[in-house]
Amino acid sequence: MAEQEKQQGNTERDDVTDVPSDESAPTGAETASRLKCEMDDLLDEIDTVLETNAEEFVKSYIQKGGQ
Amino acid sequence: MAIPKVCGIETEYGITHRGIPEPNPIEASSLLIRAYLVAGTEASGLAPDVAWDFSDESPYADARGATPQAALAPPTETHLVNAVLTNGARYYVDHAHPEISTPECADALSVVLYDRAAELIAIESMVAAKRLLPEGQELIVHKNNSDGKGNSYGCHENYLLDRNTPFEDVVHHATAHFISRQIYTGSGKVGSEMFGQDARDVPFQLTQRADFFEEPVGLETTLKRPIINTRDEPHADARKYRRLHVIVGDANMSQVATFLKVGVTNIVLAMIEDHFLGTGWDFVDPVRALQAVSTDLSLQRPLELSDGSHITALDIQWQLFASAQRYVGERGTADVGGDVAFQVLDRWESVLARLETDPMQLADQIDWVAKYRLLDGYATRHDVGWEDSRLAALALQFHDLRPERSIFNKLGMETLVDDGAAWQAANHPPEDTRAYFRGECLRRWPDNVVSANWDSLVFDVDGITLRRVPMNEPLRGTRAHVGTLLDECETADDLLARLDSAGNS
Repeated sequence: MAEQEKQQGNTERDDVTDVPSDESAPTGAETASRLKCEMDDLLDEIDTVLETNAEEFVKSYIQKGGQ
Repeated sequence: MAIPKVCGIETEYGITHRGIPEPNPIEASSLLIRAYLVAGTEASGLAPDVAWDFSDESPYADARGATPQAALAPPTETHLVNAVLTNGARYYVDHAHPEISTPECADALSVVLYDRAAELIAIESMVAAKRLLPEGQELIVHKNNSDGKGNSYGCHENYLLDRNTPFEDVVHHATAHFISRQIYTGSGKVGSEMFGQDARDVPFQLTQRADFFEEPVGLETTLKRPIINTRDEPHADARKYRRLHVIVGDANMSQVATFLKVGVTNIVLAMIEDHFLGTGWDFVDPVRALQAVSTDLSLQRPLELSDGSHITALDIQWQLFASAQRYVGERGTADVGGDVAFQVLDRWESVLARLETDPMQLADQIDWVAKYRLLDGYATRHDVGWEDSRLAALALQFHDLRPERSIFNKLGMETLVDDGAAWQAANHPPEDTRAYFRGECLRRWPDNVVSANWDSLVFDVDGITLRRVPMNEPLRGTRAHVGTLLDECETADDLLARLDSAGNS
Protein backbone atom coordinates (compact mmCIF):
# COMPACT_ATOMS: atom_id res chain seq x y z
CA MET A 1 0.00 0.00 0.00
CA ALA A 2 2.82 2.36 0.91
CA GLU A 3 4.47 1.45 -2.37
CA GLN A 4 1.30 2.26 -4.22
CA GLU A 5 1.14 5.72 -2.72
CA LYS A 6 4.79 6.32 -3.37
CA GLN A 7 4.31 5.67 -7.05
CA GLN A 8 1.37 7.92 -7.49
CA GLY A 9 2.04 10.69 -9.92
CA ASN A 10 1.06 14.23 -9.23
CA THR A 11 -1.14 15.09 -12.17
CA GLU A 12 -4.82 14.86 -12.86
CA ARG A 13 -5.45 12.92 -9.73
CA ASP A 14 -8.90 13.62 -8.49
CA ASP A 15 -9.65 12.77 -4.90
CA VAL A 16 -13.31 12.41 -5.68
CA THR A 17 -12.84 8.82 -6.71
CA ASP A 18 -10.11 7.95 -4.26
CA VAL A 19 -10.34 4.33 -3.23
CA PRO A 20 -10.43 3.86 0.54
CA SER A 21 -7.08 2.70 1.86
CA ASP A 22 -6.70 -0.39 4.02
CA GLU A 23 -5.47 1.72 6.93
CA SER A 24 -8.66 3.72 7.28
CA ALA A 25 -10.72 0.51 7.22
CA PRO A 26 -14.18 2.00 6.75
CA THR A 27 -17.21 -0.16 7.36
CA GLY A 28 -18.97 -1.68 4.39
CA ALA A 29 -21.94 0.66 4.75
CA GLU A 30 -19.75 3.77 4.96
CA THR A 31 -17.83 2.68 1.90
CA ALA A 32 -21.00 1.99 -0.04
CA SER A 33 -22.54 5.35 0.73
CA ARG A 34 -19.32 7.20 0.04
CA LEU A 35 -18.93 5.43 -3.27
CA LYS A 36 -22.53 6.30 -4.15
CA CYS A 37 -21.86 10.01 -3.49
CA GLU A 38 -18.68 9.88 -5.51
CA MET A 39 -20.49 8.23 -8.37
CA ASP A 40 -23.24 10.87 -8.30
CA ASP A 41 -20.64 13.64 -8.47
CA LEU A 42 -18.78 11.85 -11.20
CA LEU A 43 -21.89 11.34 -13.33
CA ASP A 44 -22.81 15.02 -12.96
CA GLU A 45 -19.31 15.85 -14.12
CA ILE A 46 -19.50 13.40 -17.02
CA ASP A 47 -22.70 15.05 -18.24
CA THR A 48 -20.72 18.23 -18.82
CA VAL A 49 -18.31 16.61 -21.30
CA LEU A 50 -20.64 14.14 -22.98
CA GLU A 51 -20.97 14.70 -26.70
CA THR A 52 -24.23 16.51 -27.34
CA ASN A 53 -25.22 13.96 -29.94
CA ALA A 54 -23.31 11.09 -28.40
CA GLU A 55 -25.68 8.36 -29.55
CA GLU A 56 -25.56 9.59 -33.11
CA PHE A 57 -21.78 9.76 -32.89
CA VAL A 58 -21.48 6.19 -31.70
CA LYS A 59 -23.74 4.99 -34.53
CA SER A 60 -21.62 6.72 -37.14
CA TYR A 61 -18.34 5.62 -35.57
CA ILE A 62 -17.10 3.16 -38.18
CA GLN A 63 -13.42 2.31 -38.58
CA LYS A 64 -11.60 0.29 -41.17
CA GLY A 65 -10.05 -2.85 -39.73
CA GLY A 66 -6.33 -2.63 -39.09
CA GLN A 67 -3.75 -4.89 -37.59
CA MET B 1 20.00 -16.86 -21.61
CA ALA B 2 17.97 -13.77 -20.80
CA ILE B 3 19.03 -10.55 -22.49
CA PRO B 4 17.98 -7.02 -21.47
CA LYS B 5 14.38 -6.48 -22.46
CA VAL B 6 14.36 -3.56 -24.84
CA CYS B 7 10.68 -2.88 -25.46
CA GLY B 8 8.12 -0.54 -27.00
CA ILE B 9 4.49 -0.10 -28.05
CA GLU B 10 2.87 0.71 -31.41
CA THR B 11 -0.68 2.02 -31.33
CA GLU B 12 -3.13 2.32 -34.20
CA TYR B 13 -5.61 5.00 -33.23
CA GLY B 14 -9.23 5.30 -34.27
CA ILE B 15 -9.76 8.34 -36.53
CA THR B 16 -12.90 10.32 -37.33
CA HIS B 17 -13.17 13.23 -39.74
CA ARG B 18 -16.16 15.16 -38.57
CA GLY B 19 -18.08 17.69 -40.62
CA ILE B 20 -17.81 16.20 -44.11
CA PRO B 21 -20.25 13.83 -45.83
CA GLU B 22 -17.86 11.10 -47.01
CA PRO B 23 -14.76 11.04 -44.86
CA ASN B 24 -11.75 9.08 -46.05
CA PRO B 25 -9.80 7.63 -43.10
CA ILE B 26 -6.53 7.38 -45.00
CA GLU B 27 -6.68 11.03 -46.02
CA ALA B 28 -7.76 11.98 -42.50
CA SER B 29 -4.82 10.09 -41.01
CA SER B 30 -2.40 11.73 -43.43
CA LEU B 31 -3.78 15.16 -42.67
CA LEU B 32 -3.51 14.55 -38.93
CA ILE B 33 0.15 13.63 -39.16
CA ARG B 34 1.10 16.30 -41.69
CA ALA B 35 -0.58 18.96 -39.58
CA TYR B 36 1.58 17.90 -36.63
CA LEU B 37 4.79 17.84 -38.66
CA VAL B 38 4.16 21.23 -40.22
CA ALA B 39 3.25 22.81 -36.88
CA GLY B 40 6.37 21.34 -35.27
CA THR B 41 8.66 22.49 -38.04
CA GLU B 42 7.20 25.99 -37.95
CA ALA B 43 7.47 26.22 -34.19
CA SER B 44 11.03 25.14 -33.60
CA GLY B 45 12.56 23.26 -36.45
CA LEU B 46 11.56 20.00 -34.78
CA ALA B 47 10.16 16.94 -36.44
CA PRO B 48 11.23 17.42 -40.04
CA ASP B 49 9.48 15.13 -42.48
CA VAL B 50 12.25 12.57 -42.66
CA ALA B 51 11.25 9.56 -44.72
CA TRP B 52 11.04 6.09 -43.33
CA ASP B 53 13.46 3.67 -44.93
CA PHE B 54 11.75 0.38 -45.84
CA SER B 55 14.81 -1.45 -47.13
CA ASP B 56 15.19 -3.57 -44.01
CA GLU B 57 11.53 -4.41 -43.49
CA SER B 58 10.44 -8.03 -43.75
CA PRO B 59 7.09 -8.38 -42.00
CA TYR B 60 6.42 -11.74 -43.60
CA ALA B 61 9.44 -13.56 -42.21
CA ASP B 62 8.13 -16.30 -39.93
CA ALA B 63 9.75 -17.25 -36.62
CA ARG B 64 8.77 -20.87 -37.28
CA GLY B 65 10.78 -21.01 -40.50
CA ALA B 66 9.08 -21.15 -43.90
CA THR B 67 6.81 -18.29 -44.90
CA PRO B 68 3.38 -19.44 -46.13
CA GLN B 69 2.85 -16.64 -48.63
CA ALA B 70 -0.53 -17.87 -49.76
CA ALA B 71 -1.91 -17.52 -46.24
CA LEU B 72 -1.18 -13.82 -46.02
CA ALA B 73 -3.37 -10.83 -46.56
CA PRO B 74 -2.18 -8.71 -49.48
CA PRO B 75 0.27 -5.98 -48.54
CA THR B 76 -1.45 -2.69 -47.83
CA GLU B 77 -0.50 0.80 -48.80
CA THR B 78 1.75 1.63 -45.91
CA HIS B 79 3.99 3.91 -47.94
CA LEU B 80 1.97 7.00 -47.14
CA VAL B 81 2.92 9.59 -44.59
CA ASN B 82 5.74 8.12 -42.64
CA ALA B 83 7.83 10.24 -40.34
CA VAL B 84 10.50 9.80 -37.74
CA LEU B 85 10.31 12.13 -34.78
CA THR B 86 13.09 13.68 -32.73
CA ASN B 87 12.10 11.50 -29.78
CA GLY B 88 13.01 8.45 -31.86
CA ALA B 89 9.37 7.47 -32.47
CA ARG B 90 7.72 6.70 -35.81
CA TYR B 91 4.47 8.45 -36.76
CA TYR B 92 2.73 7.11 -39.86
CA VAL B 93 -0.40 5.97 -41.63
CA ASP B 94 -0.95 2.24 -41.31
CA HIS B 95 -3.91 0.70 -43.11
CA ALA B 96 -6.50 3.38 -42.48
CA HIS B 97 -5.26 4.59 -39.12
CA PRO B 98 -2.71 6.98 -37.72
CA GLU B 99 -0.12 4.95 -35.84
CA ILE B 100 2.62 5.93 -33.41
CA SER B 101 5.42 3.56 -32.45
CA THR B 102 7.25 4.59 -29.33
CA PRO B 103 11.03 4.65 -29.49
CA GLU B 104 12.86 1.65 -28.08
CA CYS B 105 12.72 1.79 -24.28
CA ALA B 106 14.81 0.05 -21.63
CA ASP B 107 12.08 -0.45 -19.03
CA ALA B 108 8.32 -0.43 -18.55
CA LEU B 109 8.18 3.01 -16.95
CA SER B 110 9.94 4.49 -19.96
CA VAL B 111 7.32 2.83 -22.19
CA VAL B 112 4.57 4.45 -20.10
CA LEU B 113 6.28 7.83 -20.54
CA TYR B 114 6.61 7.48 -24.32
CA ASP B 115 3.11 6.05 -24.67
CA ARG B 116 1.77 9.13 -22.86
CA ALA B 117 4.01 11.28 -25.10
CA ALA B 118 2.36 9.58 -28.09
CA GLU B 119 -1.07 10.57 -26.74
CA LEU B 120 0.12 14.15 -26.37
CA ILE B 121 1.42 14.07 -29.94
CA ALA B 122 -1.99 12.85 -31.11
CA ILE B 123 -3.66 15.65 -29.12
CA GLU B 124 -1.32 18.24 -30.64
CA SER B 125 -2.05 16.80 -34.06
CA MET B 126 -5.81 17.25 -33.59
CA VAL B 127 -5.28 20.87 -32.57
CA ALA B 128 -2.98 21.51 -35.53
CA ALA B 129 -5.42 19.85 -37.96
CA LYS B 130 -8.30 21.92 -36.67
CA ARG B 131 -6.39 25.08 -37.52
CA LEU B 132 -5.99 23.85 -41.09
CA LEU B 133 -9.53 22.60 -41.62
CA PRO B 134 -12.53 24.74 -42.56
CA GLU B 135 -14.87 25.86 -39.79
CA GLY B 136 -17.09 23.00 -38.64
CA GLN B 137 -14.62 20.24 -39.42
CA GLU B 138 -12.32 18.40 -37.05
CA LEU B 139 -10.32 15.22 -36.71
CA ILE B 140 -10.99 13.13 -33.62
CA VAL B 141 -8.60 10.49 -32.33
CA HIS B 142 -9.63 7.59 -30.10
CA LYS B 143 -7.19 5.32 -28.32
CA ASN B 144 -9.18 2.12 -28.56
CA ASN B 145 -9.17 -1.13 -30.52
CA SER B 146 -12.58 -1.55 -32.08
CA ASP B 147 -15.47 0.44 -33.49
CA GLY B 148 -18.08 -1.78 -31.84
CA LYS B 149 -19.17 -3.02 -35.24
CA GLY B 150 -16.67 -5.78 -35.81
CA ASN B 151 -13.65 -3.78 -37.01
CA SER B 152 -10.49 -3.96 -34.94
CA TYR B 153 -7.09 -2.28 -34.99
CA GLY B 154 -4.18 -3.00 -32.77
CA CYS B 155 -1.91 -1.89 -30.00
CA HIS B 156 1.18 -4.03 -30.42
CA GLU B 157 4.02 -4.58 -28.01
CA ASN B 158 7.58 -5.44 -28.95
CA TYR B 159 10.18 -7.20 -26.84
CA LEU B 160 13.79 -8.04 -27.65
CA LEU B 161 14.53 -11.75 -27.22
CA ASP B 162 17.59 -13.95 -27.36
CA ARG B 163 17.60 -15.69 -30.76
CA ASN B 164 18.75 -18.91 -29.05
CA THR B 165 15.56 -19.29 -27.04
CA PRO B 166 13.52 -22.09 -28.65
CA PHE B 167 10.47 -20.41 -30.16
CA GLU B 168 8.20 -23.23 -28.95
CA ASP B 169 9.11 -22.30 -25.36
CA VAL B 170 7.99 -18.74 -26.08
CA VAL B 171 4.74 -20.00 -27.62
CA HIS B 172 4.05 -22.32 -24.69
CA HIS B 173 4.60 -19.94 -21.79
CA ALA B 174 3.67 -16.64 -23.40
CA THR B 175 0.31 -18.09 -24.46
CA ALA B 176 -0.58 -18.78 -20.83
CA HIS B 177 0.58 -15.31 -19.84
CA PHE B 178 -1.36 -13.53 -22.60
CA ILE B 179 -4.55 -15.46 -21.80
CA SER B 180 -4.33 -14.75 -18.09
CA ARG B 181 -2.96 -11.16 -18.04
CA GLN B 182 -6.21 -9.90 -19.58
CA ILE B 183 -7.58 -9.57 -16.04
CA TYR B 184 -5.50 -6.39 -15.64
CA THR B 185 -4.65 -5.41 -19.23
CA GLY B 186 -8.23 -5.29 -20.53
CA SER B 187 -9.64 -1.90 -21.51
CA GLY B 188 -13.22 -3.14 -21.22
CA LYS B 189 -15.91 -3.43 -23.86
CA VAL B 190 -19.68 -3.29 -23.94
CA GLY B 191 -21.08 -6.34 -25.73
CA SER B 192 -19.35 -8.75 -28.07
CA GLU B 193 -18.12 -8.54 -31.65
CA MET B 194 -17.29 -12.20 -31.96
CA PHE B 195 -18.77 -13.87 -35.00
CA GLY B 196 -21.72 -15.99 -33.99
CA GLN B 197 -21.93 -14.60 -30.47
CA ASP B 198 -25.11 -12.85 -29.37
CA ALA B 199 -23.97 -9.53 -27.92
CA ARG B 200 -26.85 -9.67 -25.44
CA ASP B 201 -25.14 -12.64 -23.78
CA VAL B 202 -22.09 -10.47 -23.09
CA PRO B 203 -23.21 -7.18 -21.51
CA PHE B 204 -19.60 -6.24 -20.74
CA GLN B 205 -16.23 -7.95 -21.14
CA LEU B 206 -12.70 -7.29 -19.91
CA THR B 207 -10.97 -6.69 -23.25
CA GLN B 208 -11.42 -4.94 -26.57
CA ARG B 209 -9.40 -7.46 -28.55
CA ALA B 210 -10.25 -11.04 -27.48
CA ASP B 211 -13.27 -11.22 -29.84
CA PHE B 212 -10.98 -10.89 -32.84
CA PHE B 213 -8.59 -13.79 -32.24
CA GLU B 214 -8.98 -17.07 -34.10
CA GLU B 215 -5.66 -18.93 -34.00
CA PRO B 216 -3.19 -19.93 -31.27
CA VAL B 217 -0.10 -19.21 -33.41
CA GLY B 218 0.40 -17.56 -36.80
CA LEU B 219 1.91 -14.88 -38.99
CA GLU B 220 -1.25 -12.87 -39.73
CA THR B 221 -2.09 -9.58 -38.04
CA THR B 222 -5.25 -8.45 -39.83
CA LEU B 223 -7.13 -11.72 -40.48
CA LYS B 224 -7.29 -14.92 -38.43
CA ARG B 225 -5.36 -13.09 -35.76
CA PRO B 226 -3.15 -15.35 -33.61
CA ILE B 227 -2.46 -15.14 -29.86
CA ILE B 228 1.24 -15.60 -30.66
CA ASN B 229 2.32 -13.69 -33.75
CA THR B 230 5.31 -15.27 -35.45
CA ARG B 231 6.56 -12.25 -37.40
CA ASP B 232 10.32 -12.65 -37.35
CA GLU B 233 11.69 -9.21 -38.06
CA PRO B 234 14.12 -8.31 -35.30
CA HIS B 235 15.09 -4.81 -36.52
CA ALA B 236 18.48 -5.70 -35.02
CA ASP B 237 21.24 -8.24 -35.53
CA ALA B 238 19.18 -11.27 -36.61
CA ARG B 239 21.89 -13.70 -35.59
CA LYS B 240 21.55 -12.65 -31.97
CA TYR B 241 18.04 -11.34 -31.56
CA ARG B 242 14.38 -11.93 -32.07
CA ARG B 243 11.67 -9.35 -31.57
CA LEU B 244 8.50 -10.78 -30.09
CA HIS B 245 5.67 -8.87 -31.80
CA VAL B 246 2.66 -9.11 -29.49
CA ILE B 247 -0.65 -8.27 -31.14
CA VAL B 248 -3.06 -9.64 -28.56
CA GLY B 249 -3.11 -6.72 -26.10
CA ASP B 250 -5.52 -3.81 -25.70
CA ALA B 251 -4.59 -0.15 -26.03
CA ASN B 252 -4.67 1.09 -22.46
CA MET B 253 -5.74 4.51 -21.31
CA SER B 254 -4.53 3.68 -17.79
CA GLN B 255 -0.83 4.16 -17.20
CA VAL B 256 -0.88 1.52 -14.48
CA ALA B 257 -2.28 -1.01 -16.98
CA THR B 258 0.36 -0.16 -19.59
CA PHE B 259 3.04 -0.39 -16.90
CA LEU B 260 1.91 -3.87 -15.84
CA LYS B 261 1.27 -5.06 -19.39
CA VAL B 262 4.85 -4.33 -20.43
CA GLY B 263 6.65 -4.74 -17.10
CA VAL B 264 5.21 -8.15 -16.28
CA THR B 265 5.68 -9.41 -19.83
CA ASN B 266 9.35 -8.33 -19.68
CA ILE B 267 9.88 -10.51 -16.61
CA VAL B 268 7.89 -13.46 -17.98
CA LEU B 269 9.93 -13.42 -21.20
CA ALA B 270 13.24 -13.25 -19.30
CA MET B 271 12.11 -16.25 -17.24
CA ILE B 272 11.34 -18.13 -20.47
CA GLU B 273 14.79 -17.33 -21.83
CA ASP B 274 16.40 -18.60 -18.63
CA HIS B 275 14.24 -21.75 -18.56
CA PHE B 276 13.06 -20.62 -15.16
CA LEU B 277 9.42 -21.57 -15.59
CA GLY B 278 8.43 -25.19 -15.00
CA THR B 279 6.07 -27.19 -17.15
CA GLY B 280 3.58 -24.37 -17.47
CA TRP B 281 0.07 -24.85 -18.82
CA ASP B 282 -1.21 -26.49 -22.00
CA PHE B 283 -4.68 -25.34 -22.93
CA VAL B 284 -7.17 -27.60 -24.66
CA ASP B 285 -8.25 -24.59 -26.71
CA PRO B 286 -6.15 -21.44 -26.17
CA VAL B 287 -8.42 -19.19 -28.26
CA ARG B 288 -11.50 -20.28 -26.34
CA ALA B 289 -9.60 -19.77 -23.08
CA LEU B 290 -8.66 -16.22 -24.19
CA GLN B 291 -12.31 -15.42 -24.81
CA ALA B 292 -13.48 -17.24 -21.68
CA VAL B 293 -11.26 -15.01 -19.54
CA SER B 294 -12.35 -11.85 -21.33
CA THR B 295 -16.06 -12.55 -20.85
CA ASP B 296 -15.86 -13.57 -17.18
CA LEU B 297 -16.25 -10.60 -14.84
CA SER B 298 -16.17 -12.93 -11.82
CA LEU B 299 -12.54 -13.84 -12.66
CA GLN B 300 -13.38 -17.35 -11.41
CA ARG B 301 -13.95 -19.27 -14.62
CA PRO B 302 -11.88 -22.48 -14.75
CA LEU B 303 -9.89 -22.94 -17.96
CA GLU B 304 -9.53 -26.46 -19.31
CA LEU B 305 -5.99 -27.82 -19.58
CA SER B 306 -4.77 -30.71 -21.74
CA ASP B 307 -4.11 -32.95 -18.75
CA GLY B 308 -7.78 -32.73 -17.78
CA SER B 309 -7.24 -30.29 -14.91
CA HIS B 310 -8.51 -26.72 -14.67
CA ILE B 311 -7.06 -23.40 -13.55
CA THR B 312 -8.23 -19.79 -13.38
CA ALA B 313 -6.48 -16.82 -14.99
CA LEU B 314 -5.89 -15.38 -11.53
CA ASP B 315 -4.15 -18.58 -10.37
CA ILE B 316 -1.89 -18.57 -13.42
CA GLN B 317 -0.94 -14.97 -12.69
CA TRP B 318 -0.29 -15.74 -9.02
CA GLN B 319 1.98 -18.63 -10.00
CA LEU B 320 3.84 -16.47 -12.53
CA PHE B 321 4.17 -13.80 -9.86
CA ALA B 322 5.66 -16.29 -7.37
CA SER B 323 8.17 -17.44 -10.01
CA ALA B 324 8.99 -13.83 -10.89
CA GLN B 325 9.65 -12.93 -7.29
CA ARG B 326 12.03 -15.86 -6.97
CA TYR B 327 13.61 -15.06 -10.33
CA VAL B 328 14.38 -11.46 -9.46
CA GLY B 329 15.67 -12.56 -6.04
CA GLU B 330 18.06 -15.05 -7.60
CA ARG B 331 19.07 -13.40 -10.87
CA GLY B 332 18.64 -9.70 -10.14
CA THR B 333 16.96 -7.11 -12.33
CA ALA B 334 19.63 -6.33 -14.95
CA ASP B 335 17.66 -7.95 -17.79
CA VAL B 336 14.20 -6.80 -16.74
CA GLY B 337 14.43 -3.04 -16.46
CA GLY B 338 16.63 -2.52 -13.38
CA ASP B 339 14.94 -1.06 -10.32
CA VAL B 340 11.72 -0.56 -12.26
CA ALA B 341 11.30 -4.33 -11.98
CA PHE B 342 10.77 -3.98 -8.22
CA GLN B 343 7.97 -1.49 -8.85
CA VAL B 344 6.48 -3.92 -11.33
CA LEU B 345 6.53 -6.75 -8.80
CA ASP B 346 4.96 -4.59 -6.06
CA ARG B 347 2.24 -3.31 -8.33
CA TRP B 348 1.57 -6.74 -9.83
CA GLU B 349 1.08 -8.22 -6.37
CA SER B 350 -1.20 -5.45 -5.15
CA VAL B 351 -3.32 -5.57 -8.31
CA LEU B 352 -3.70 -9.36 -8.15
CA ALA B 353 -4.66 -9.14 -4.48
CA ARG B 354 -7.38 -6.60 -5.23
CA LEU B 355 -8.64 -8.54 -8.25
CA GLU B 356 -9.00 -11.49 -5.91
CA THR B 357 -10.87 -9.69 -3.14
CA ASP B 358 -12.73 -6.82 -4.81
CA PRO B 359 -11.78 -5.71 -8.32
CA MET B 360 -13.78 -2.48 -7.89
CA GLN B 361 -10.97 -1.26 -5.60
CA LEU B 362 -8.99 -0.88 -8.83
CA ALA B 363 -11.35 1.69 -10.34
CA ASP B 364 -8.52 4.24 -10.32
CA GLN B 365 -5.90 1.89 -11.75
CA ILE B 366 -7.27 -0.60 -14.26
CA ASP B 367 -9.16 0.39 -17.41
CA TRP B 368 -11.84 -2.27 -17.49
CA VAL B 369 -12.71 -1.69 -13.84
CA ALA B 370 -12.89 2.08 -14.28
CA LYS B 371 -15.08 1.72 -17.35
CA TYR B 372 -17.32 -0.91 -15.78
CA ARG B 373 -17.86 1.15 -12.65
CA LEU B 374 -18.71 4.26 -14.66
CA LEU B 375 -21.15 2.48 -16.97
CA ASP B 376 -22.74 0.56 -14.12
CA GLY B 377 -23.27 3.83 -12.23
CA TYR B 378 -24.76 5.48 -15.29
CA ALA B 379 -27.08 2.52 -15.95
CA THR B 380 -28.24 2.56 -12.35
CA ARG B 381 -28.90 6.30 -12.30
CA HIS B 382 -30.85 6.28 -15.53
CA ASP B 383 -32.37 2.85 -14.93
CA VAL B 384 -31.31 1.48 -18.29
CA GLY B 385 -29.82 -1.85 -19.40
CA TRP B 386 -26.37 -2.59 -20.80
CA GLU B 387 -27.69 -2.54 -24.35
CA ASP B 388 -28.71 1.12 -24.02
CA SER B 389 -27.06 3.26 -26.68
CA ARG B 390 -26.02 5.90 -24.14
CA LEU B 391 -23.77 3.33 -22.48
CA ALA B 392 -22.16 2.55 -25.83
CA ALA B 393 -21.60 6.27 -26.33
CA LEU B 394 -19.99 6.65 -22.91
CA ALA B 395 -17.82 3.59 -23.53
CA LEU B 396 -16.58 5.08 -26.80
CA GLN B 397 -15.95 8.51 -25.31
CA PHE B 398 -13.86 6.83 -22.57
CA HIS B 399 -11.18 6.55 -25.30
CA ASP B 400 -11.63 10.03 -26.83
CA LEU B 401 -8.27 11.81 -26.62
CA ARG B 402 -9.64 15.36 -26.97
CA PRO B 403 -8.94 16.89 -23.53
CA GLU B 404 -12.25 18.79 -23.53
CA ARG B 405 -14.18 15.57 -24.29
CA SER B 406 -12.09 13.05 -22.40
CA ILE B 407 -14.15 11.03 -19.98
CA PHE B 408 -11.07 9.14 -18.87
CA ASN B 409 -9.58 12.39 -17.54
CA LYS B 410 -12.58 12.81 -15.25
CA LEU B 411 -12.11 9.47 -13.53
CA GLY B 412 -9.25 10.41 -11.21
CA MET B 413 -7.03 7.66 -12.56
CA GLU B 414 -3.64 7.21 -10.99
CA THR B 415 -0.73 8.35 -13.14
CA LEU B 416 2.86 7.11 -13.06
CA VAL B 417 4.46 9.85 -15.17
CA ASP B 418 3.61 13.52 -15.16
CA ASP B 419 2.63 15.42 -18.26
CA GLY B 420 5.59 17.80 -18.01
CA ALA B 421 7.94 14.86 -18.45
CA ALA B 422 5.73 13.44 -21.20
CA TRP B 423 5.81 16.73 -23.14
CA GLN B 424 9.58 16.63 -22.87
CA ALA B 425 9.50 13.01 -24.10
CA ALA B 426 7.41 14.05 -27.11
CA ASN B 427 10.50 15.81 -28.46
CA HIS B 428 13.45 14.03 -26.85
CA PRO B 429 14.49 10.38 -27.06
CA PRO B 430 15.13 7.98 -24.21
CA GLU B 431 18.81 8.21 -23.29
CA ASP B 432 19.34 4.53 -22.62
CA THR B 433 18.69 2.87 -26.02
CA ARG B 434 19.73 3.44 -29.64
CA ALA B 435 16.70 5.71 -29.99
CA TYR B 436 18.98 8.34 -28.44
CA PHE B 437 21.29 8.29 -31.46
CA ARG B 438 18.34 8.36 -33.90
CA GLY B 439 16.49 11.18 -32.16
CA GLU B 440 19.56 13.30 -31.47
CA CYS B 441 20.84 13.06 -35.05
CA LEU B 442 17.42 14.16 -36.30
CA ARG B 443 17.30 17.03 -33.86
CA ARG B 444 20.85 18.23 -34.55
CA TRP B 445 21.12 17.64 -38.30
CA PRO B 446 17.61 17.45 -39.72
CA ASP B 447 18.79 18.54 -43.15
CA ASN B 448 21.34 15.76 -43.41
CA VAL B 449 19.27 12.78 -42.31
CA VAL B 450 17.40 11.70 -45.43
CA SER B 451 15.80 8.59 -44.06
CA ALA B 452 15.67 6.47 -40.96
CA ASN B 453 14.35 3.20 -39.69
CA TRP B 454 14.72 1.13 -36.53
CA ASP B 455 18.19 -0.17 -37.28
CA SER B 456 19.84 2.46 -39.45
CA LEU B 457 20.08 6.13 -40.40
CA VAL B 458 20.90 7.40 -43.88
CA PHE B 459 22.84 10.66 -44.13
CA ASP B 460 23.26 12.93 -47.12
CA VAL B 461 26.21 15.16 -46.44
CA ASP B 462 27.24 16.68 -49.72
CA GLY B 463 24.13 16.32 -51.85
CA ILE B 464 25.70 13.46 -53.82
CA THR B 465 26.63 10.56 -51.60
CA LEU B 466 24.33 8.77 -49.18
CA ARG B 467 25.80 7.09 -46.16
CA ARG B 468 23.96 4.44 -44.15
CA VAL B 469 24.88 4.16 -40.48
CA PRO B 470 23.75 0.81 -39.14
CA MET B 471 22.35 0.50 -35.60
CA ASN B 472 22.08 -3.24 -35.16
CA GLU B 473 22.51 -3.17 -31.40
CA PRO B 474 19.44 -1.76 -29.61
CA LEU B 475 21.48 -0.93 -26.51
CA ARG B 476 24.26 0.91 -28.31
CA GLY B 477 23.91 4.51 -29.40
CA THR B 478 22.83 5.48 -25.88
CA ARG B 479 23.74 8.80 -24.33
CA ALA B 480 26.42 7.09 -22.27
CA HIS B 481 27.78 5.60 -25.47
CA VAL B 482 27.58 8.45 -28.00
CA GLY B 483 26.60 11.56 -26.03
CA THR B 484 30.11 12.98 -25.90
CA LEU B 485 30.76 12.06 -29.52
CA LEU B 486 27.63 13.89 -30.68
CA ASP B 487 28.49 16.92 -28.56
CA GLU B 488 31.93 17.08 -30.13
CA CYS B 489 30.59 17.07 -33.68
CA GLU B 490 29.43 20.31 -35.18
CA THR B 491 28.18 18.88 -38.44
CA ALA B 492 26.90 15.55 -39.74
CA ASP B 493 30.09 15.39 -41.76
CA ASP B 494 32.13 15.56 -38.55
CA LEU B 495 30.03 12.74 -37.15
CA LEU B 496 30.53 10.49 -40.16
CA ALA B 497 34.27 11.15 -40.14
CA ARG B 498 34.45 10.29 -36.44
CA LEU B 499 32.43 7.13 -36.99
CA ASP B 500 34.75 6.12 -39.82
CA SER B 501 37.81 6.48 -37.64
CA ALA B 502 36.12 4.62 -34.77
CA GLY B 503 35.05 1.68 -36.92
CA ASN B 504 31.32 1.91 -36.38
CA SER B 505 28.64 3.48 -34.24
